[in-house]
Amino acid sequence: MLTPETEADLAEAVCAATGPLRIIGGGTRPIGKPVAGEVLSAAGLSGVSLYEPGALTLVVQAGTPFAEVEAVLAAEGQRLPFEPMDHRALLGTSGAPTIGGVVAANVSGPRRVQGGACRDYLIGVRFVDGTGAVVKNGGRVMKNVTGYDLVKLMAGSWGSLGVLSEVSFKVLAAPGAEASLVARGLSAEQGVAALSAGLGSPFDVSGAAHLDARSSDEARTQVRIEGLAGSVAYRAGRLAELLPGFEVVEGAQSAALWQEVRDVTPFAGRDGAVWRISVKPSDGPLLAGLGEAIFDWGGGLVWLLVPEEGDCGAAAIRARVAELGGHATLVRASEAARAAVAVFPPEPAPVAALTAGLRAKFDPRGILNPGIMG
Amino acid sequence: MEMPAPDASILAKKPRVVARLAEALPAGAVISDPTETRVYECDGLTAYKCPPLAAVLPSTTEEVAAVLKICHEEGVPVVPRGSGTSLAGGALPTADSVILGVARMNEVLEVDYDNRFIRVQTGRTNLSVTGAVEEDDFFYAPDPSSQLACAIAGNIAMNSGGAHCLKYGVTTNNLMGVRMVTMAGEIVEIGGAHLDAGGLDLLGVICGSEGQLGVVTEATLRILRKPEGARPVLMGYDSAEVAGQVVSDIIKAGVLPVAIEFMDRPCIRATDDFSGAGYPDCEALLIVEVEGSDAEITEQLGVINQIARGHNPVELREAKDADEAARIWLGRKAAFGAMGQINDYMCLDGTIPVSELPYVLRRTEELSKEYGLDVANVFHAGDGNMHPLILFDANKEGDLETCEALGAEILKLCVEVGGCLTGEHGVGVEKRDLMGAQYSDADMEAQMRVKDVFDPDWLLNPAKVFPLAVTASRRDFAA
Ligand SMILES: Cc1cc2nc3c(=O)[nH]c(=O)nc-3n(C[C@H](O)[C@H](O)[C@H](O)COP(=O)(O)OP(=O)(O)OC[C@H]3O[C@@H](n4cnc5c(N)ncnc54)[C@H](O)[C@@H]3O)c2cc1C
Repeated sequence: MLTPETEADLAEAVCAATGPLRIIGGGTRPIGKPVAGEVLSAAGLSGVSLYEPGALTLVVQAGTPFAEVEAVLAAEGQRLPFEPMDHRALLGTSGAPTIGGVVAANVSGPRRVQGGACRDYLIGVRFVDGTGAVVKNGGRVMKNVTGYDLVKLMAGSWGSLGVLSEVSFKVLAAPGAEASLVARGLSAEQGVAALSAGLGSPFDVSGAAHLDARSSDEARTQVRIEGLAGSVAYRAGRLAELLPGFEVVEGAQSAALWQEVRDVTPFAGRDGAVWRISVKPSDGPLLAGLGEAIFDWGGGLVWLLVPEEGDCGAAAIRARVAELGGHATLVRASEAARAAVAVFPPEPAPVAALTAGLRAKFDPRGILNPGIMG
Repeated sequence: MEMPAPDASILAKKPRVVARLAEALPAGAVISDPTETRVYECDGLTAYKCPPLAAVLPSTTEEVAAVLKICHEEGVPVVPRGSGTSLAGGALPTADSVILGVARMNEVLEVDYDNRFIRVQTGRTNLSVTGAVEEDDFFYAPDPSSQLACAIAGNIAMNSGGAHCLKYGVTTNNLMGVRMVTMAGEIVEIGGAHLDAGGLDLLGVICGSEGQLGVVTEATLRILRKPEGARPVLMGYDSAEVAGQVVSDIIKAGVLPVAIEFMDRPCIRATDDFSGAGYPDCEALLIVEVEGSDAEITEQLGVINQIARGHNPVELREAKDADEAARIWLGRKAAFGAMGQINDYMCLDGTIPVSELPYVLRRTEELSKEYGLDVANVFHAGDGNMHPLILFDANKEGDLETCEALGAEILKLCVEVGGCLTGEHGVGVEKRDLMGAQYSDADMEAQMRVKDVFDPDWLLNPAKVFPLAVTASRRDFAA
């Protein structure tokens, strides 16, 4: 295993590599096609490079444990707004997730629907490309249109374009209060319609999810608001008028409901393959028949638990998603299943050609997590 | 500023290229008469002008594809154009290029309130996107000051921002999908009404690529429900340091204003004379705006005003009604117009870490004295996006050059303190030759590789963004 501790060492390791590298941070997100190759761990690149709470900016080494990042921010009453999921429970992994892994997978939780994804808060990257060259893009300021935005390209590229060495974020103050409005027993269609009403209101909803009856003891629909205490109380009241039958839950009780959605815990420790599907929110319920479902992002993010048999439902799910518009990724399945099925969504030919072209440019030797996004 | 010499062989075959374009497009969509192509000789950066070989105004994506196929076959460079308001020279033609304007493509294709998006043709102006949904209380958030004129096409190409992006983000954060035509004439769909990419985030790199990767013809944009209300408060301070501290304290306090705007003394004076907004005469003026219901606004302003008072303001004025709110914004909104009345000006938009604000303002003042040109500052302070306006006299020999040299110094200063050359206007030709101040050769190489993939012959808007010397081998090879 290669364990560089500086960016220069990392560049040297990539330069010197003679075969494929399997890049890991904390190793808690074994998603994608299984990659054969020498393990290159970024965990040795650790530590906060710069934190300016008054400028809402944080720059950290890519291998820094996510928990450390959270603790540093919490000490100043701030947080990463995109609420990344912890994959350990769902995937049955252990270890310490790193911030670089969060970025490489563009992990974004329930708040994505309001404030944006990991890629939206990522303002700078440094990485080593497949030739061993150190590249920086973006920086430490929130507004930056200087040159092309490779920052977004790196987010969610799963280590296939470069090995991240440092990442910068726009952070935000953690709000003083939160509350959720919760209803039970709605169908997926009813639930998603309510979420849509909440998200289409002026009340700045920061989470909108529906868990179907099999995932929760009873189907549960929930809408979240966050902010100053008085504002949260006001908006909770207004949303309760808008959404008859919803009850208000506050503070830690509310937070627990969202952690469950964020981490997809109803599917943790249970048999079956898990799909993560992004569609237009109102199309979400149309996928419910294909498996047990948890709907986040107002219905637009669908987690499906299906039997781990045959192609894990790939053909049926992808056909339906193709009709609707969107994409489906097989997030959890055995190595054998992931080797046999296209884990990431196959792209139409002209887009696939662009993607393949970019990979060939950034990693001409094809050594960085080769095939992981196949 | 230098542009590549036009390719004589292209100039020579103008009649054939024009004939082929005319054959592919409806009548009236090809402009080749030199008296008419002059309309397209520049964009908002009027210091540089050059009429194109021809201009085309297609009405459909298919027509755009036909144009690009012909130009690709003929090896003719293409410069995409929205409304031509770029301040960076992004839409500046060369004499051997075809301007491809999307102005005739301005339809709304789909509005979906349940799923909170709108799909438009990209020639549609920014403000008219909001216009299409505001009766139903929705809006499109990114609001460049040029929003009455600028098109979504240019907004996407430049990843434009606006006064309200502290809360709502810039174009890239509100763009869900595009339909785009590559230089080879191939139509691709990227993203859509769903969120985020399933594979590589191509949308993320297309947004902000300054018309160099493809011609975007349709866009799916996120729309939001309008907040119940908004209210600004105005604060004046005796020093930029203190005002900078106030900005930091506010954004740290857990209230996220939609806008924090900053004006310095030269700017306050100039705009107040012009607009009669009644601003206090002080070193630094802040306008902070928050949104929500009345009660929520009062709660947020409670926190903000307490911070403001703690720093001994010269003035602290909260708008009590819509009239007062308008008066607070009056001067800020008139700032550019006011400057334009007094002088010619060049507007830069480097971004800096908020903490460096006092130092950068002080250093800018020193540079301004050194170069003998006045600089007024008005900017989006919440995110450190400066807008120094350098005042000069276009009719005075050498003034433009001095202005450019001073501008370059100020932008380098922004980079030195940890910021960047441009926060929202883009590089274009204006900042092209400064790219090396921010990015190493390897950094630029990585970016240019993206263009190599999308446009291997380097025909789309080729002389922009990267220093000419850096792109020479690619452009020459292609020719
Ligand atoms: C008074 C004034 C105020 C301004 N205020 C702001 C502000 O607050 N915030 C801000 O961000 N900007 C501002 N700008 C700058 C400018 O308005 C923006 O950059 C705007 O997005 C340009 O849009 P446009 O349609 O005019 O684009 P154009 O000027 O026509 O083109 C801009 C770039 O986009 C490319 N392009 C155009 N159409 C396409 C297409 N279909 N496909 C691919 N590429 C294309 C062009 O090649 C060019 O590189 C301001 C400009 C002025 C004059």
